[in-house]
Amino acid sequence: MSDDVKKFMFVNTKAPYGTVYALESLEVVLISAAFDQDVSLAFCDDGVFQITKNQNTEGSGMKNFSPAYKALGDYDINKLYVEKESLEERGLTLDNLMDLTYEDEDDDWAEKPSIKLVTRAELADLMDQQDVVISS
Amino acid sequence: MAMLHTVNKSPFERNSLNSCLTKSKEGSTILLIEDAVLGALKGTVIADKLTTAMTTKNIYVLGSDLNTRGFTEADILDGIKVVDYSGFVDLVAEHANVQSWL
Repeated sequence: MSDDVKKFMFVNTKAPYGTVYALESLEVVLISAAFDQDVSLAFCDDGVFQITKNQNTEGSGMKNFSPAYKALGDYDINKLYVEKESLEERGLTLDNLMDLTYEDEDDDWAEKPSIKLVTRAELADLMDQQDVVISS
Repeated sequence: MAMLHTVNKSPFERNSLNSCLTKSKEGSTILLIEDAVLGALKGTVIADKLTTAMTTKNIYVLGSDLNTRGFTEADILDGIKVVDYSGFVDLVAEHANVQSWL
């Protein structure tokens, strides 16, 4: 990577399906993967609902875009920070979220979890360390 | 005849469910659709408020919107009933009027 690599964080705060923010953000994230930047994602507030497991859109007829989050690891996007307090306020735990992993090609090629549980204060610090923060 | 209220916004982001709960009369029916279905989950910060509301009002959730977001009947508060689209239509037909909380 060259010197002009910037730290980008995409902050997801909206529930999926009710509005188009989650899908639009995911598309921008996938595009950003093409530019070899240091990309991370944060899921807080209702954004934690974007990566719940077992999303089934058969009844509503909407497009289920949750499988696309599983592709992020293949694009070297493997820092997915989930805010602990947001999960708790919504009655959720990590067990409610998809198993999102990546293959660690810098180390032992093992499948490792991409999701990192962080506190609200830790997420604030992570945001503070970014060059670019894009919220939706 | 009682009123049917529909709510479609997440109660964690908007105040419309709260407005609905405070302005709907006893004996009325509340149907949670779209992102509002998330408010029906167990263990949330608004669970107690909904449980209290259920003592005087009927609360329903649209099943397909619940499934879309990764949840089923097992994940929601006891006492909240799940309906499908035809159940939604029945609720509309059974009530004198519908108020949409947006």
